[in-house]
Amino acid sequence: MNLITPDSGLLFWMVIIFGLVFFLLAKFGFPVITSMVEKRNRTIEQSLSDAREIETRMAGMVREQERMLEEAKKEQSAILKEAAAMKARIVAEAEVKAREEAGKILSEARAQIAAEKESALRDVRKEVALLSVSVAEKILRRDLSEESAQKEYVDRLVDEAARLEVKS
Amino acid sequence: MRRWWLIGLSVLALVLFPAPARAETGGEDIDIAGIIFDHIGDGYEWHITDWGDRRIAIPLPVIVHSSTGWHVFSSERLSHGGTYEGLKIATEDPHEGKIVEVATGQRPFDISITKNVLSLMMSGALLLLIVLLTARWYRRHDVLREAPTGIAALMEPLILMIHDMARENIGEADYRKYSPYLCMAFLFILLNNFMGIIPFFPGGANLTGNIAVTLVLALCTFFTVNLFGTKHYYKDIFAPDVPGFLKPIMPVIEVFSALMKPVSLTIRLFANMLAGHIMILCMVCIIFVMAKYGPLLLGSMSVVSVLFGVFLDALECLVAFIQAYVFTMLSSIYIGLSRMQGD
Repeated sequence: MNLITPDSGLLFWMVIIFGLVFFLLAKFGFPVITSMVEKRNRTIEQSLSDAREIETRMAGMVREQERMLEEAKKEQSAILKEAAAMKARIVAEAEVKAREEAGKILSEARAQIAAEKESALRDVRKEVALLSVSVAEKILRRDLSEESAQKEYVDRLVDEAARLEVKS
Repeated sequence: MRRWWLIGLSVLALVLFPAPARAETGGEDIDIAGIIFDHIGDGYEWHITDWGDRRIAIPLPVIVHSSTGWHVFSSERLSHGGTYEGLKIATEDPHEGKIVEVATGQRPFDISITKNVLSLMMSGALLLLIVLLTARWYRRHDVLREAPTGIAALMEPLILMIHDMARENIGEADYRKYSPYLCMAFLFILLNNFMGIIPFFPGGANLTGNIAVTLVLALCTFFTVNLFGTKHYYKDIFAPDVPGFLKPIMPVIEVFSALMKPVSLTIRLFANMLAGHIMILCMVCIIFVMAKYGPLLLGSMSVVSVLFGVFLDALECLVAFIQAYVFTMLSSIYIGLSRMQGD
């Protein structure tokens, strides 16, 4: 049967034509196509992985943002607390100072009052001394005109002096 | 419902007007085997059709080297049993239908452009054109900005399918070296399978159903596998890791299996395509065989044979793809085995 005996002429041409077409296509055909398609596939893969990376980075940024917000809030509350403390301290300090000032003013006033009082007393004493001297003059002028009275008076003074001596 | 009505009408028409069909066959027996072998076989001319009594055929160049030297002439000179330069087409075995020397009856060295060779040249040129046009599209367009259009959109899925198959079966390391061969084999077989299904001139030459063609394809795979096999591959053939008593037997079996691989590739593709062609031709021939059994049988069997013919043609389209795919896949698996690295 010539169906299953390979014909030499067809074998010859098949080898030549298949070889030629294969040579041309393997050089100018398939590698161009497959390399281009592979390049495209690589780009697509690259883009996909880039997109994934950007997504994770975005998620990281959102987390970072939240963290920063949280931190800012914490800082705010700390600052507020500190401000409140400072206010309290300033008020307290002012109070202390005011009290000190008031005390100083009071003591000054007291000293002045005391000085005033002293000088007033001194004036009064001077007045009283003058008065008593003038009174004593008047009394002396009247009483010590008599001898007996003079003598009595001297005695009394001596007594008094003696009593003062004993006492001291 | 409507379909059956149409079929009934066509049967009725054939019953009522049987005269032309009868006139052509003339009641004589027709040579079914002759018709079929004329279609699936090779020839020195490309017989297109008969128009009335006129035979329309493309004469092809005969190129032979006989005992008297080279002869190149048109096959027209040998038609109808003619003799030219001491050569004729043998009419009986062992070289029926082939050019032989009149004097000795021997076959000369024959590289004539036969029907199959012309078909091979045309499909080779067509394949070259298709793939180079596709490659040109990729050269001229920015593949990162444009989706393939036109011929590139048609060819890209096919080429990629084979390229990915090569990567899967051969491995990441060196599949790029083998991918062009696999793409070439696949597209060549696919194109010629489809050309074989087309029943009129540019197609219709049963090329992939010819054992010479499939043998060359299978030998290409065979040499690709065995010339570039790794040390590990040859160790598996000649010194496999098997129990001692198997050691002398295994190399014999392995060598035999390596030799049988191309044979199985050859026969599988050749037999599948040949059988498909024969089945379709038989379906068509039923119409002519039935002519002498009267109009009723002829009409009804024509309907049946046309329906089956359509079915078989559709099946052949499927087989055309499957056989191309199977050949390429087995080739890639064989190559993958030969590129195995030791573990």
